[in-house]
Amino acid sequence: MTTFKLNDRSVSVDIAEDTPLLWVIRDEIGLKGTKFGCGIGMCGACTVHIDGRAVRSCITPLAAVANAAVTTIEGLDQNGQHPLQKAWIETQVPQCGYCQSGQIMQAATLLKDFPDPSDKDIDAVMSGNLCRCMAYIRIRRAIKAAAAEMRGTHG
Amino acid sequence: MDEVLAGPAMKQNLVSRRSFLIGAAGTSVLFGFPRPGFIAADAASTSAAALFEPTIWYRVDRSGIVTVSIIRAEMGQHVGTALARILADELEADWDKVRLDYVDSDPKWGLMITGASWSVWQTFMPFSQAGAAGRIALIEEAAKLLNVDKEVCNARNGAVSAGDRSITYGDIVARGSLNRTFSADRLKAMPIKKPADRRLIGHDTKAIDIPAKTNGAARYGIDAEVEGMVYARPKIPPTRYGSKVVSIDDSAAKSVKGYIKSIALDDPSDTVPGWVMVFADSFSAADRAADKVKVEWIPGDALKVSEQDLQDHGAKLIADPSGGSLLVDDPGVEAAFAAAKSTLQRTYTTSSVLHFQLEPVNALAFEKDGIFEIHTGNQWQSLILPVLARALAVGVDKVIMRTYLLGGGFGRRLNGDYAVPAALATKAIGKPVKMVCTRADDMLFDSFRSPSIQTLRMAFGEGGKVTAMDHHAAAGWPTQVLMPSFMPKGVNDVPYDQFSIQGADHWYNVGAQRLRALSNDLANRAFRPGYLRSVGSGWTNWAVESFMDEAAHAAGIDPVAFRLRMLDGTGRNAGTAPNSVGGARRQAAVLKRAAEKGGWGSTMPKDTGLGIATTFGQERTMPTWQACVARVRVDRGRGNVILEKLTLVVDAGTLVHPDGALAQVEGAALWGVSLTLHEGSEFVKGRVKDTNLDTYTPLRMGDVPEMDIEFLPSTEVPTGLGEPATTVVGPAIGNAIFAATGARLRHLPIRPDAVLRALNTKS
Repeated sequence: MTTFKLNDRSVSVDIAEDTPLLWVIRDEIGLKGTKFGCGIGMCGACTVHIDGRAVRSCITPLAAVANAAVTTIEGLDQNGQHPLQKAWIETQVPQCGYCQSGQIMQAATLLKDFPDPSDKDIDAVMSGNLCRCMAYIRIRRAIKAAAAEMRGTHG
Repeated sequence: MDEVLAGPAMKQNLVSRRSFLIGAAGTSVLFGFPRPGFIAADAASTSAAALFEPTIWYRVDRSGIVTVSIIRAEMGQHVGTALARILADELEADWDKVRLDYVDSDPKWGLMITGASWSVWQTFMPFSQAGAAGRIALIEEAAKLLNVDKEVCNARNGAVSAGDRSITYGDIVARGSLNRTFSADRLKAMPIKKPADRRLIGHDTKAIDIPAKTNGAARYGIDAEVEGMVYARPKIPPTRYGSKVVSIDDSAAKSVKGYIKSIALDDPSDTVPGWVMVFADSFSAADRAADKVKVEWIPGDALKVSEQDLQDHGAKLIADPSGGSLLVDDPGVEAAFAAAKSTLQRTYTTSSVLHFQLEPVNALAFEKDGIFEIHTGNQWQSLILPVLARALAVGVDKVIMRTYLLGGGFGRRLNGDYAVPAALATKAIGKPVKMVCTRADDMLFDSFRSPSIQTLRMAFGEGGKVTAMDHHAAAGWPTQVLMPSFMPKGVNDVPYDQFSIQGADHWYNVGAQRLRALSNDLANRAFRPGYLRSVGSGWTNWAVESFMDEAAHAAGIDPVAFRLRMLDGTGRNAGTAPNSVGGARRQAAVLKRAAEKGGWGSTMPKDTGLGIATTFGQERTMPTWQACVARVRVDRGRGNVILEKLTLVVDAGTLVHPDGALAQVEGAALWGVSLTLHEGSEFVKGRVKDTNLDTYTPLRMGDVPEMDIEFLPSTEVPTGLGEPATTVVGPAIGNAIFAATGARLRHLPIRPDAVLRALNTKS
C-alpha cells in the first residue's frame, strides 16, 4: 500500500511499487489529463509536480512518491484558471493538445524559478517538452504573458 | 481529507466515482468519459424535443443552440471551429450558441476522411449552402409568427427582426412548425453571401476545442475506457508483412502480477500478420509482461531489405524508360534536349521519415449486441471499416467507429490499421480490449514516409531560356497499397498515386515537359508506405525547387527572376475557376512579395545566405500559393546549419479562421524545418532504425528560428493549410546553404557530415 497526496487529496494504492506513476494516475486513479508519449522521459507529455518540482511520471516509480505531494494538470488550479491556462487560451496555443498538460506543468515550475523569463530561459527549460504540432512560438508567447500576469505587470 | 482507496479491487467502485456521464449508468456499458463532441456540445441540446434539422449537418433546438455535425477528425487544426464558422455565417447564427458534435461513423455521412488539407476547401460550399437554407426557412417561419411579410424580415445573430419586433431562433423552433428539409439539388443551387457581407468568415475567434486542452479534460483515443476491459500490448513481428509465429514462450511473463495470457492473432484481412497480443489487467502489467514474452517468428522477405536497397531499386526504375505512369508527356521533349545549347541533370533523394504523432496508436474494441465498437482517433474511417469487417468476418454494418480527439494525425491515422489488432483481440478473448502501443511499438508499426529518389533534366536555349524539362520520381506509394481504386490514370493509361507525385506537376512553363511517376514496388512490399504531412509534395518540391535554384545558377540568372520568367500564367498554367483563378500569376505574386520581405539581394555576413523557394502546396486542383525565404548561417568547421529566419508569404484564398490559419502555417513551416534539419530515419533489415526520442530527434523549442508569416488578402476559394508550408521550407534552406557557402545539398535530411562533404567537394 502506497500513500501519497494527489491534488490535495490523500490517496492509497495497493499495486506494485515499481509501477510508473503515470499509469497509477491514469488507470488506477482515473485522471486522464496526464499523457503517455515516449515512456523514456524525453517528450514531457507525462509531466506532473512532485512536491512542487516538475518530473516525468512515466519514469517515476510509485515508490518514489510515498508520502509526497503530487499535482497533475487537473489540480494545478481548481477552476482551470491558472495564469498559464488563461494565457494558453488567450494565445490559442494548443493544436492537437496532447502535449499541453505537460507543457503547462513544466511552465508552471519554470515561472517559479524565473518570474521574468527570457527567451533563453524558456528555451532551456522547455526544450525537454516536445510539441509535435510545433506550437512553440505560441508556447513561448503564452509563458511570457502568464509571467507578466503573475508579476502583476500585465505586459 | 478524503481518503480514496485505489487498487484493482476498488476499480469497479472508482469507475462509478468518476463524475462523467453518470447518466449512462445502468446500461450494460458505462463510459467513464464523454466523447469530444460532448465536451464541446451542451448535452441537453441533443435531447430537446423540438428541433429544426434542415439537413444532416446541423440542428437548432428550442433554446437556439445550433449543433453542427463534424465528420472531420480534430487533430490540431481546429477544423470543427472553421467548419462551424462557415455554416453559422450563412445561418446568421449567434456564435456563442454554436456547438460541435464530432460524430461517429455512419454511412449517411458519405466519405469520412480528414487529410490532404481538404476539409475547409471541400466543405465551404456545402456548409455555406446548408446554412443559407436554414436562414431562409427560419425567416419564412418567423414572418408567419410575427405576421409580417418575409421580405421585411432580417436575420442576424440568432434572431429574425422586422422593424422593431424580433424573435430568436430558439423561439421560432419552439413556437413554429419548422419541418422543412432541403434536397441536395436545392442546396446545390442555393446562392451564398458576397464576401463583403460575411460576419464570421475572415474574422478571428477562439477555437472551440482549445479550453479542454488546457485543463486535462480533453479526451483522446488513449483515454477511452469501458467497464470490464482488459489491456493489451502487442509484440511487433520482425517484418511488416509475411512474418509467421513459430512459438510463444510466456513462462517469464507469468511472474508479472496481472498477466493474463498471450495470443497469436489470426487475421483474415492480413493487416497485422504475425502479431502476438499480450493481455493483462492493467497497461503497465501488459507492458512489462510483453517485455518478458519471447516469440519466435519466421520473418518475411523484407528482412533482407535496407534503405540503400530501396533507393537502388528506385534508381533502377528511373533508368528504365519503359515503366511508370506519365502525368505529362508533351511532344518534343527529346528533340528539345537534342537541340539544347546546354542541359542540366540532377538527382535528389530523401530518407525514410517517421510520423511520431505524440499519442501512440491505440484502440479500444468490444462487441455489444452484435456490433463491434472501435473507440479510437482516426482520419479515414471509410478506408478501415471494410478492413475491420473482413478481419472480424462480419458485415461492414456490424462495425462502428466512435470518435475521439487525435493526439496528432499528420497522416498516420489515415491508415487505421491499428484498429484491426484491437478488434481481433476482443474477438479472440471475448472481452473488451484496450490495446496501447508503446512508443517503440508505434514506431516499428509506423506507415512511415517512403524514401524517394528523383532525377530531373532541363534543356536550355538562347539566353538561358528553358526549352524542356523532364522529371522522374520513384517512391513507395501509400494509395497503391491502401486504396488502389483511388488512383487516377496517367496519359499513358497507367494508374499513379496522386499523393506521391503532386508538386512535380508544377506551374512553371518550361517548354516541352515530361513527368513520370514510378511506384517503388520493393518499398511497397517491404513496408507499408504512409501518408506523412503533405505526402509526396514533401519530396517532389525538394527536388523541383532545389533544381530550379541549380538551373538558375547554371543559366547565370537570378533565381527569383529565373522563376518569374516561367510563372507567366499562360497555357496550362493559366488557372481555372473556381479553384485556381489566376494560376501561376498568383504564385509569382507570393514569390515577389517574399523576396521583397525577406531581403532578397541584400548583402549577407560571412557564411550566411538567403535561399528562396516557392510551391503551390499540394494539388493543382487546390493550390495554396506560397514562397519562403530562409536565412542560414553555416558553421564550416562542424557542418552545422543554423537557421536564423524564415519569411513566408501565403495566398490560400479566403481565410475562414485567420488565427487558425496562421497556427497551421507556423506548425507546418516548423515541420518543414524539422524534416530538413532534424528528423529522418533509415530502413534497416525490415525495420526502421529509430524507435524513440533517444535517436529520433524532431525540432525542439530551442531550434525555432525567427519567423515572419504573411497572408496575401484574397476572396478566392479557400484552399488547404494543414500541410502546404511543410513543402516549401526544405528547398529554401538547401538553397540558402548554397548561397552561404557554395555547397549544394541534394539529400534530405541535411546532416552536418553531408554539409562537410559538400563543402569539401564543391567547385
